[in-house]
Amino acid sequence: MGLQRRKVVPIKLKGRIISRGCAKGEVLLSRDPISFLGSVDPKTGVVIEENHILKGKSIQGKVLVFPHGKGSTVGSYVMYQLKKNGTAPIAIINLETEPIVAVGAIISEIPLVDKLERDPYEVLNNGDLVLVNGNKGYIELIKPETGKTENRYD
Amino acid sequence: MYLTKEEEQILNGEAGETLRQAIGILVTLGDIYGADRLIPIKSAQIAGVSYKTIGDAGLEWISDLQGRVKVPAILNPAGMDLEDWERLRISPDFAEKQKLIVQAYEKLGIRCECTCTPYALEGFDVGYGDHLAWSESSAVSYANSVLGARTNREGGPSALSAALLGKTANYGFHLDENRVPEISIDVEYPLERSDYGALGYVAGKLAGKRVPVFHLRSTPDADELKALGAAMAASGAVALYHVEGITPEIRKRNFEDPAEKVAIEKKELDEIYESLRTARKEPELITIGCPHCTAAELETAAKLLKGKTVSKEFWIFTSRELAKRYPAYIRTIEESGAKVVCDTCMVVSPATNRFSCVMVNSGKALAYVPGMCGAEAVYGSMEACVEEAVGGTAKKEGGSH
Repeated sequence: MGLQRRKVVPIKLKGRIISRGCAKGEVLLSRDPISFLGSVDPKTGVVIEENHILKGKSIQGKVLVFPHGKGSTVGSYVMYQLKKNGTAPIAIINLETEPIVAVGAIISEIPLVDKLERDPYEVLNNGDLVLVNGNKGYIELIKPETGKTENRYD
Repeated sequence: MYLTKEEEQILNGEAGETLRQAIGILVTLGDIYGADRLIPIKSAQIAGVSYKTIGDAGLEWISDLQGRVKVPAILNPAGMDLEDWERLRISPDFAEKQKLIVQAYEKLGIRCECTCTPYALEGFDVGYGDHLAWSESSAVSYANSVLGARTNREGGPSALSAALLGKTANYGFHLDENRVPEISIDVEYPLERSDYGALGYVAGKLAGKRVPVFHLRSTPDADELKALGAAMAASGAVALYHVEGITPEIRKRNFEDPAEKVAIEKKELDEIYESLRTARKEPELITIGCPHCTAAELETAAKLLKGKTVSKEFWIFTSRELAKRYPAYIRTIEESGAKVVCDTCMVVSPATNRFSCVMVNSGKALAYVPGMCGAEAVYGSMEACVEEAVGGTAKKEGGSH
């Protein structure tokens, strides 16, 4: 990779294109997989699943980072409903997307890139400003959340 | 993944927004699963029809699509009989939403008969080696295993995308190498009728998503294979199985028997039939037709019910086309007080949710009724179901064997 230890932005990571489009927003990290059916209220975009790491948090307008989807195939349609209600994430980054989330992102026109060349959980923090480019297949860290930049690249 | 020039143009939006999205779905799934290209399909069968399962989210997406399907396409069961929904006490609000979903599909040129047995209908004939994009897990299993066709288990949006393009991505069960048996299952005693659904219920849990090959002591007919495959696709995720000496692909291709071998004991099947005796409550509703009854099954039900009167709710599910083709069977069944219901089934209809114990002759329904309908499910042969419905002695008999 050859990244040097310096607090220089922007940082750009290549990944695989799942859903096209390009969007910029604040990062919201989830280490837990997400089932859109039953885990997220489509009216508010708030995570409602008991014991989920994001319980009570809103995914609306965020660059949502999670490992992969889980649960019912109806989840794809729920992502579409979130989008129509204006409560969807603005972009998604996955470790490895499975078909439910892939199909949901495509029909909802939410840019989605997965399989980044570095682990997004090591590079990104909650609140970072990130661009997800689903047309060219990369993400770009534009502005780190202030106060959390120490050892960012370790 | 290789795309033709025309496919590239569709992906770039030159054929409109709906097709751009449709090919985007197929190409992405193809990339995820390592497909080399898109291949033509003969027909599509589309899941995501019941308002009970897809809700407002699904209705909104389907309503927004434009265009026409390029190959024959048909729907999975809906949440109600589309012509007579009041009989099973479906609420008017539900009926309204369900009609909107079916109309939205119809606008796209999809045949709005809702069935899990499309292979029983005119115009949906399937030949050995045909490529399909079917959704419903039991129909997928039947097409792959009993007919020797090739289909993955498509989700609703991917099957619809395939129908709109007339193509699907070439991966999974479209390829020879993924159709090879992975686990060998031996059954050392003869089986008949509902025994196959019970066997499938047990075998599906063992096989998971692998391809099993069965070594049986009896010769199953098409309806028995339908029951076996449907149960395995529900208790496990089996989309293809082989039966030594019976199913077409194992008769044409020389498969080696897999290293992993298991035997299913008779007592494991007996335990399934025990559910009727050990249930906390008596069945309040008896249902058959999961998957939808074939002509032969309707005939059997009519013979068993002829001249009898049922004392419990008894619903028999089939496709509308078969109900119209065999009016004499339907009349005989309904003279007993049982109801023949089309376009839907006990699993996807909200009508089942008001009962607390449901008797079934299907391993698939046995797997799904508790989770999808919130009811206890008990198992018996079609004969035992009829006896239970007319108030007979099914409890003492147990099953058919």
